[in-house]
Amino acid sequence: MEKLEHPLWIVQIVNAVLGPLVRTVGEAMGHHFTSHDVIPVHMVMVLLIVAFVTALCVFVRSRLSVESPGTLQIVLEDGVGAVRGLLDEWIGPKGHQYLPLVATLGLFILLGNYMGLVPGLTSPTSSINVTLGCAITTWVYYHYQGIRAQGIVGYVKHFWAPPGAPLWIGIVYFPIEIISHAARVMSLSLRLFGNIFGEELVILVLFSLVPFLIPLPMMFLGLVTGLLQAFIFVLLSIIYLQGAVAVEHHEDEHGHDAPSGRQAPAAA
Amino acid sequence: MSKRSVLTFAFMLVAGFASPLYAQGAGDSALTVEIAKWSIITAGFALGIGAGLAALGQGRAVAAAAEGIARNPGAAGDIRGVLLLGLVLIESLAIYVFVISLILFFLQPFSPKA
Repeated sequence: MEKLEHPLWIVQIVNAVLGPLVRTVGEAMGHHFTSHDVIPVHMVMVLLIVAFVTALCVFVRSRLSVESPGTLQIVLEDGVGAVRGLLDEWIGPKGHQYLPLVATLGLFILLGNYMGLVPGLTSPTSSINVTLGCAITTWVYYHYQGIRAQGIVGYVKHFWAPPGAPLWIGIVYFPIEIISHAARVMSLSLRLFGNIFGEELVILVLFSLVPFLIPLPMMFLGLVTGLLQAFIFVLLSIIYLQGAVAVEHHEDEHGHDAPSGRQAPAAA
Repeated sequence: MSKRSVLTFAFMLVAGFASPLYAQGAGDSALTVEIAKWSIITAGFALGIGAGLAALGQGRAVAAAAEGIARNPGAAGDIRGVLLLGLVLIESLAIYVFVISLILFFLQPFSPKA
């Protein structure tokens, strides 16, 4: 694809400052840099998000107050409460231990999606590398949590047959489960990448046609879909976690045979 | 026209369109042009069919959700949650078609690398 955009000045600044260091370290480890920019665009944007979130959290932490919270603290507490409510609704009170990863992913993807609408920046989530990273992180995390909750034998047994089914059904069920779980990585990453990259491409094309006022409806749509895609990524992560973790309560001695929260649709 | 003659005719038409493929090695750039042409046509059709069918599915989901809220306004919050989840899952299928179209259109992975 030909270069439709000129290089961003912040990418060039970061490459000028950190480029030589990264180049020496990389070539010492045997990596040959192909393009001119040593640090790619999406990596610079990810570093920007990390710096911004760290600064924001340090700032809010220094002004934490229980009696008279500021506006920023109230907004952030609402956000954390919303994710915690989702976890409660789908997994139950045991779900609060997954709050750090799920909420961080949500905040990262939300900020990443909105960065594309700011002139001079671009979305890191419009690169398949970043979205694949988020998807693989979620995938490894929910498998790890499932093994931690049920032990590896119990976890693999649920791949062989759903609870309550005869054992011979595993011959058919096991490949289906393997394919379905592998498709989750692809679906998570491609959904986010396709939405954000497609929206950025359309805005780019509209800007090259009529730069004044016409791209605005598309950018407004970008606001809506950015929020929606971040929410869906978080929600699907929670649903996969529930599928991996919450089946253990099947033989509880107190007679609760179903975990609290609703059952997930067949989310591929 | 009988079905067999229609099929033969269609096969010959398609084979005729792919005629530069028969020039072994001599028409590398002609092959690139052919692949580019077919990639663009395929990408356009694939995206049209994919987006259209996804829109049909989403329309049915929204219609069912609206009727559910009309029947039971107290469950509007739950229905809205199910609606959003369903819409995004259906839309992701259209996004897969879009990504394949992008790959076909811009990367043209099967044209010979000059």
